[in-house]
Amino acid sequence: MSAELKQSGDKPNLPPDTKMIEVFIMGKRYKVPATLTIQKAIEWAGFQFLRGCGCRGGICGACPTIYRTKDDYKLKIGLACQTVVEDGMYLVQLPFVPAQKSEYHIEDERPTIAAIEKHYPETFRCVQCNTCTKACPMDIEVMQYIAEIIKGDYKKAAELSSSCIMCGMCAARCPAELQQFNVAMFVRRMYGRHVLPKAEHLQKRVKEINENKYIPFLDELGEISHDELVERYKSREWQPEPYEDPNWQPKETKYL
Amino acid sequence: MGYTPELNELIKIVEKTRPERIRQIKAGHSFPKLSLEERAEVLEKFHPDYKKTGRCPILAGPNKGDGKFYPEEFVELLHSGSRLKDIEQFEKLIQKPDYETDVLVIGAGGAGCSAALTAMVNGQNVIITTKLRMGDANTVMAEGGIQGATQEVDSPYYHYLDTIGGGHFTNDPKLVKALVNDAPLVIEWLESLGMMFDKEKDGRLKVLKGGGVCRRRMHSSADMTGSEIMRVLRDEIKNNPDKILPIEFAPAVELILDQDGKCMGAILYHLETKVYSVVYAKAVVIATGGFGRLHIQGFPTTNHYGATADGIILAYRAGVRHRFMYSTQYHPTGAAFPEQNIGLLITEKVRTLGAEPVNRNGEEFVFPLEPRDVESACIIRECIERNNGIATPTGRLGVWLDSPMIEILRGEGTVKKALEAKYIQFKRYGIDISKQPMLIYPTLHYQNGGIEIDEWGDTTVPGLFAAGEVAGGIHGENRLMGNSLLDINVFGRRAGKKASEYITAGITLGTPKLDHVKKFQNELKEAGIETDELSPMILPDYSNPKVRERQLTAKRFGTLQ
Repeated sequence: MSAELKQSGDKPNLPPDTKMIEVFIMGKRYKVPATLTIQKAIEWAGFQFLRGCGCRGGICGACPTIYRTKDDYKLKIGLACQTVVEDGMYLVQLPFVPAQKSEYHIEDERPTIAAIEKHYPETFRCVQCNTCTKACPMDIEVMQYIAEIIKGDYKKAAELSSSCIMCGMCAARCPAELQQFNVAMFVRRMYGRHVLPKAEHLQKRVKEINENKYIPFLDELGEISHDELVERYKSREWQPEPYEDPNWQPKETKYL
Repeated sequence: MGYTPELNELIKIVEKTRPERIRQIKAGHSFPKLSLEERAEVLEKFHPDYKKTGRCPILAGPNKGDGKFYPEEFVELLHSGSRLKDIEQFEKLIQKPDYETDVLVIGAGGAGCSAALTAMVNGQNVIITTKLRMGDANTVMAEGGIQGATQEVDSPYYHYLDTIGGGHFTNDPKLVKALVNDAPLVIEWLESLGMMFDKEKDGRLKVLKGGGVCRRRMHSSADMTGSEIMRVLRDEIKNNPDKILPIEFAPAVELILDQDGKCMGAILYHLETKVYSVVYAKAVVIATGGFGRLHIQGFPTTNHYGATADGIILAYRAGVRHRFMYSTQYHPTGAAFPEQNIGLLITEKVRTLGAEPVNRNGEEFVFPLEPRDVESACIIRECIERNNGIATPTGRLGVWLDSPMIEILRGEGTVKKALEAKYIQFKRYGIDISKQPMLIYPTLHYQNGGIEIDEWGDTTVPGLFAAGEVAGGIHGENRLMGNSLLDINVFGRRAGKKASEYITAGITLGTPKLDHVKKFQNELKEAGIETDELSPMILPDYSNPKVRERQLTAKRFGTLQ
């Protein structure tokens, strides 16, 4: 009974037989456990990150790393927090990429090709080499979304680029000097604001809130006794799970 | 890569019981929910918050003698000395500002950015400072969604009940009221900023149900909702460089008060150049987030690198109480395999889409959408007491989260589309979560408590406001899914607005002082606490202990020794 649990915060649990390998951090040799991510291996070696480390979970774009592996001429790119070290890996982190960000007022812009020409004119210089796509640690079809932007298809471009973490590796590698991650950000916001239809039911609810419709109900909950509050909590009507009955209506309607 | 042969064998058991579990769901049968009494029992026995070890009282400052036992990792920071060791030097330094502004926002995550934008809209100039990059925050990691009663079958009334019940009726009612009433306003604000919400063709917002709520009100942008919010807010801040000045890699290390006790700025420490600089501001908003990186009870965490409770320390020295800091949220589903992903968040959305937690024998053992603390306690019980957990090759324990169920219940391709980021994250390690279940165990997720605020984010120190995870009381002792992305926006905006009103009413800054720091140092001494440790911590230390032993002159980050 009573299984024991090893808890070690964020420090890796390393079984005693863990293999050690050599990596080269900015050219200098270090021995690190073979099972670690690049990020934890660099820490293992004794570094404390200031740049090049953010969420540690593959979503913030702070830790893109350029590396080569043994006997391979190919330049590879991965997130340090998501890529496991390999024996003989040469690596450097590139935590910042210089790029221009166009300043704009979202309400004044329109989702047109002209807007792209105005804010990110270099986009049209794309030579379709696909280097950006190969550089993307999120496996986004970068060149494809650039093609959609050039055609003025904001919807497709927004959808194709939706998992962008804005690490900037596309722009760092682009021979035509595009700033893919920034133009995509512009396109997504324009799509969200001007192309996706507005939620009408939300407008209605906002109006009700601004008219203080719900304040008396909320005040009522603040004033009733603890027992009464618990009772109301327990007797909430439970909306059925969405596999069935999209037309469900609650019986209690006076608080809606 | 992928699962080990031993784990693959165990997965076969899960696959075997899957068809029957699917049949049950389709027939409308779910594993029974616990009663309030049963919830209390499992929490008491298995939730890490109820453990007797690793807790201690606070011996100095405004929470001294409150009878509570707090995580010792947190108390150690409160009991540490100021980084301004030679305080006379800093008293001279603060007589002249390097920057002057209306509102200083400390922290550039979701709460900080929404506060900054709101202050700007209300006519204020803003400086926003952060120890990492703008947007390096837990906001970016929030996956599942943001709550708000936007649908006709729902209202803020039910959102209030769900929130306060989920918090075991400990939440501050006036904060809950603000939270749920503003929720639709926040969603509309984000929509107007161009956020890509998941919508139906006619623009209706898609909603899902989170744990412990009676109505569907979770709004999402795939499984990157927080990332999308953060991208949009950051972009909007960068669109206004003449009104908002961001200062990155420069944490605030102490607040500056004037002779009347009004907050009038902060001392920043530029991590790269080791330079201290002084900001004068008419109002200060603390939005530094939570304490996940303190690894309470040794748990791994879903939190970003900078979640080290800095803002609470600063405010505490200025005399601001905190509350509920004894309460920590452990997310039920942190990754337990592969080791490289340890502790990372697996969004509650996986369960809202239909995946069930199942044990070693392929059996269900808990209603998939209990409030988070209850769900976590049940998973811990299954592993520790009932011994039905699965051991990983690195000596950890977990249970299965049966994600392939989603494909069966909602159609092939759903996982890849609705859980885009998670799918990629596991694919990197040779695991296809649309076909193979995930191994999970609770992980340190959220600081339930924080700085005491009123419904406008105002604190007991004039001119000092707080918003986001750093503030406490909104969620009581347990937060529901989707209420955090909401909280940062509601209270960020409220703090930004109230700070603007406070300034517009007319503020005259007095003489800059650090008396509060000296006073607190004295209180520590009187309590018999002698330590060389300094706080705020700023960044955690994950170096190899054997290497660390020989880094003889290095301490916490940026400490000059």
